[in-house]
Amino acid sequence: MTAAITLAGVSKSFGAAQALVDVDLEVNTHEVLAVVGDNGAGKSTLAGLLSGVHTPDRGQVRIDGEPVHLTSPAAARREGIAAVFQELALCDNLDVVENLFLGHEAAAGIFLDEVSMERQAWELLDQLAARVPSVRVPVAALSGGQRRTIAIARALLGDPRVIVLDEPTTALGIRQTAQVLTLVERLRERGHAVVLISHSITDVQAVADRIAVLRLGHLIGEFDAETTTTEDLLGAITGAVAPRAGGRAS
Amino acid sequence: MTTARTAPRTDGGRISSAWQTWTDGDHRLAPIAGALVVIWVAFGIANPTFWTPENLVNLSLQSVSTGVIALGIVIVLLAGQIDLSVGSVSGLAAAIVAVGAVAGDWPVALGVVVALVAGALIGLLYGVLVARFGLPGFVITLAGLLVVAGVQWRVLGADGSVNLPFDSWLVKFNQAWFVPDGVAWVGAAVVVAGVATIGIVERRRRVLAELPAPTVLGVLIRPAVLAVLLAVVVGYLGQARGIGYSVVLFVVLVAVTDVLLRRTRWGRHVRAVGGDHRASLLAGVPVRRTLVSAFVACSTLAALGGVLAAGRLAAANQGTGGGGLFLTAIAAAVIGGTSLFGGRGSAWSALLGVLVIQSIANGLTLLDLDAATRNIVTGLVLAFAVSIDTLLRQRQQRSVTRV
Repeated sequence: MTAAITLAGVSKSFGAAQALVDVDLEVNTHEVLAVVGDNGAGKSTLAGLLSGVHTPDRGQVRIDGEPVHLTSPAAARREGIAAVFQELALCDNLDVVENLFLGHEAAAGIFLDEVSMERQAWELLDQLAARVPSVRVPVAALSGGQRRTIAIARALLGDPRVIVLDEPTTALGIRQTAQVLTLVERLRERGHAVVLISHSITDVQAVADRIAVLRLGHLIGEFDAETTTTEDLLGAITGAVAPRAGGRAS
Repeated sequence: MTTARTAPRTDGGRISSAWQTWTDGDHRLAPIAGALVVIWVAFGIANPTFWTPENLVNLSLQSVSTGVIALGIVIVLLAGQIDLSVGSVSGLAAAIVAVGAVAGDWPVALGVVVALVAGALIGLLYGVLVARFGLPGFVITLAGLLVVAGVQWRVLGADGSVNLPFDSWLVKFNQAWFVPDGVAWVGAAVVVAGVATIGIVERRRRVLAELPAPTVLGVLIRPAVLAVLLAVVVGYLGQARGIGYSVVLFVVLVAVTDVLLRRTRWGRHVRAVGGDHRASLLAGVPVRRTLVSAFVACSTLAALGGVLAAGRLAAANQGTGGGGLFLTAIAAAVIGGTSLFGGRGSAWSALLGVLVIQSIANGLTLLDLDAATRNIVTGLVLAFAVSIDTLLRQRQQRSVTRV
């Protein structure tokens, strides 16, 4: 089976700093691939490469086996890749519907088609089983988890095949984190290929199918989420112990 | 769609959002409408002349020019910008019309067109400097204030004052032409019927789409309130000269701007850019184009305000648009409930705000109080309005870290 999205031998440098070196990764539909690593491991660069913010120096990005050039976020979206960054890019003063469709408003003639937008918003939020008090309140009034839900829901509007989530649980409380992780599972059920960038090992073990570990730009290994222990992952992330050797990272 | 899930959709349709608009919503029109009533009652008690139809007709005519300028300010404020040069731009526009008609022997209409184009070009320049080169609008328009005021004086020439002929249509439009009583009543009826029809049609669309919709009765509250309001205005002002054409123009401009801001992509983008510049950019909003359009709209409306001022005074001089006019226009927009911090406000705040400011000026003049007192009172009202704006903003920001 051909993967939904493939990175083949991808490298990226910023000046003298090698952010990613010769990385190979595959993500399938109906799958959550988590990417973990310490600060500076290259996680955000990887997210940038997938979402068209950065272009690789070497190597290829393939979608369904076809090489693609993701030169901008817009180009990535056209190829069916949507990204939700740490910075949610929501306008606090606009309500949920306005934010969901910002930049892609439905209009009949010169006037906005509020009815169809509001209907689509409800359908989408229902599918995600997202709890939002109203789609007509400014997002400033929503909780952090709800805001993140709205940002993720907006990424889904173009019906992308691949969704890249960059640190989706950062700065969230326990309940809100659970809310977002449930949402990630629902994305998998909907048939998306999900790339979950995170530094929280508990989070990725909760929802991921496979876990890729990055350290200093190198892909250290891929682990099966079911069978891998936290210690294995910590060891791989920090490099304190040889990967897959088990034992404690001190 | 499941009906079971419809229950928690508490936001309702137009009725509750219309209600929110008037109470604690974005635009907060209710407090300022209430304040206006208080001001009118107080001045009416202090000097019954204030309440006479003739005085209120004057009040409405006095409000037009500043109100049109304030409307432009509302647009730039919504886009998260400011234009300090609106007074100078209006003065230049007045000078162009007057000098064109008198010295250049132009038809007045040509002068008006040239003035509006000049305004649009000034706004275009601001917009390009701010949107493309990232210069701060505050400083650019402050520079514009000085430059344009200088140009205005040059255009006026050595005398510094040019009178428009009293028989020109521009003067009559602003001083002498009033909507005939019958036409006013028919017009009011048409507006009310139109608003009611739109409400019913929208309710039907929401019902068909299985979205929460207000009751038919709820939909009809808005046109009913509007009908009472229009009947009072038309009936009462009709006892004196009536409703001036320039007043109709102002109200129509406000209504059209309101629809553009709330119901079109452009309006949504203006509010988005004013709310969060970077988020709008990331969402794919054409930020630059939106900013440029906001500056163009503001300067063009400022020029129109100047043209109307020239008509009302039947003259243009070095003082036209000068002094604190730009501050008055900004104060009107803010008093009316448009936020200085961008993204929140309504076109109607230009109408309400300018009515508050002109009522204070008019009422204090009737009480024989001088300009100093007028300034002090207007300043206090402005401080009060800005305090409310800031407090509400802080309350809304409590769950948000961005400042």
